[in-house]
Amino acid sequence: MKRIKVAILGSGNIGTDLLIKVLRSPYLSCQAFLGRNLDSPGMLTAAGLGVPISNLGIRYLENNPECCDVVFDASSAIAHLEHAQICERLGKLVIDLTPAKIGTMCVPYIGSSYLHRRNINMVTCSGQASIPLAYALAATHNEIEYVEVISSIASLSAGPATRLNMDEHIHTTEEALKAFSGAKEAKAILNLNPALPSIHMQTTILATVRQPNLEALRLKVDEIICMVQAYVPGYELLVAPMIENERIAMMVKVKGLGDYLPEYAGNLDIMNCAALAIAEGYAKHTQAGALPAKAGMTPANKME
Amino acid sequence: MHQILISDPTLRDGNHAVSHQLTGQQIAAYCQAAEAAKIPIVEVGHGNGLGASSLQLGLSLTSDRETLEIARQQLKNSLLGVHVIPGFATIEKNLATALTLGVDVVRVAAHCSEADITQRHIEYVRKAGKEVYGVLMMSHMLTPERLAEEGLKMQSYGALGLIFMDSAGYYLPQDVRQRVKVLTETLSIPVGFHAHNNLGLALANSLAAVEAGALILDGCARGFGAGAGNTQLEVLVGVLHKIGYPTGIDFPQLLKAADLAEDILLRETPSIKTASILSGLAGVFSGFIKPVARIAQQLHLDAGEIYSELGRRQIVAGQEDIILEIAEQMVKEKT
Repeated sequence: MKRIKVAILGSGNIGTDLLIKVLRSPYLSCQAFLGRNLDSPGMLTAAGLGVPISNLGIRYLENNPECCDVVFDASSAIAHLEHAQICERLGKLVIDLTPAKIGTMCVPYIGSSYLHRRNINMVTCSGQASIPLAYALAATHNEIEYVEVISSIASLSAGPATRLNMDEHIHTTEEALKAFSGAKEAKAILNLNPALPSIHMQTTILATVRQPNLEALRLKVDEIICMVQAYVPGYELLVAPMIENERIAMMVKVKGLGDYLPEYAGNLDIMNCAALAIAEGYAKHTQAGALPAKAGMTPANKME
Repeated sequence: MHQILISDPTLRDGNHAVSHQLTGQQIAAYCQAAEAAKIPIVEVGHGNGLGASSLQLGLSLTSDRETLEIARQQLKNSLLGVHVIPGFATIEKNLATALTLGVDVVRVAAHCSEADITQRHIEYVRKAGKEVYGVLMMSHMLTPERLAEEGLKMQSYGALGLIFMDSAGYYLPQDVRQRVKVLTETLSIPVGFHAHNNLGLALANSLAAVEAGALILDGCARGFGAGAGNTQLEVLVGVLHKIGYPTGIDFPQLLKAADLAEDILLRETPSIKTASILSGLAGVFSGFIKPVARIAQQLHLDAGEIYSELGRRQIVAGQEDIILEIAEQMVKEKT
């Protein structure tokens, strides 16, 4: 099978972890790993794996526009603003892992198709962990009055950008929760836990609905968990849907794959896993023929 | 002797004790009494601060907006304060509005090891020209030296003072003295202390803090606060005056405010129950008392076992959802 060519912008921990995932994929081939410093640990890792590297960053793409069809941006929100314009001009599909939030918010297999979009943003780790469950809630209830998502992540997994962007994390997660679940109101809470050894990411969903249907919700949640596990192997249901204190509660844990990032960084792993799933989805469809204009990807269609 | 700045979170920490159900009337009445007593700072809001009303922590009966509007009307000379935890409250959704509504003092809080998440919030308040303090919660979980490093970060962001909280009521007086000593040696801004009474040491610890050089103390009327409650404000002020520390507070009026609090705010006078002792010894956040009791009862579990597990896993304030997960695991293990 012909693989779709991708480039990764950003040679930090996230970009390098993503590279290892891409190298495992039967649908993708990494043609450029781009950063600024050829001596950085990420660059050295990439070079060791035989991946073409460059310290020219986005300029490399401008000079070699034919090198890829899909660009993963794992740089920074500010850098992405420039990257997005250039990628648009070059006609590349961009999957944005930064919090720049200029593209369409996407969670694999949930909601309408993103295949005709050219800039895809990966929401947040809390969003990727919770939206499949909020979607299960929406699929089994007429109306969600209120949904709340609480995520705890290991302090060591939260770098300086995460720490400075707590507010944006909350706003983006809330916006995505409302968009994907139709909830009238949404609230997101983020906790950093410094315990050692580091905790795995945990995400709790609390919600109020008019008439809870726990039986239907449990079935749907089991189905969704399997679907997410197909692209996030460390995703696990910790507390099945239950009613506690007059609210629906459920909880998942996200253990990272430990590819380049440590296992406890499930919050970063789920973003990379989701980005990879989106790129693979794109690859499968491109190979199948013309891009569908509106239809969702098959698993989503099955769930409707 | 130097003046001690008293901040009174009766209407904030006390909200934990009534599951965040303080009414507008209660807020107005206590603010009026606090104003009459010349309490320097009156802190109001949900127990976990602005934007914390949630299914996770309990919904506020009175919204942040209503609370601030009501308190603002009553407070003339006393400053109106709020507690803000990044991760719950955001600048855009909560803090900006609060400043518009007339908040004078903002205390930006983080778990003791995570001071850098407060940078933008502290800088924002400074830029807006309001008073801002840094707060390190659950401070017993760090060594004095590490605590001082985190305090230095808050100082560099522009905090006017650094308050460290004994959120679990875990400290002995010597622990407090040691921390105040290191903090005052390291920082150039005033140091403050906020106690909880799980082990009956809130007052002793507050005095230890002052003797070691702390300049800011928190106290609540009748000790109205999470779990076993906080330092009892009227006792604290009485004792400080007795030793000779001025506070600027009108003591007879303060006693009236405390009587009023007992009459209209408290459902029960804070006391040290078994759960508080267990959570204090385990180093677990005082605000967990009510959810632990509720979940233990619903799932027929022993609250003490839940506290031990919360302590073992180093669960921090704000992670109330983990109580349910721990309880569920215990149920699974038993069946």
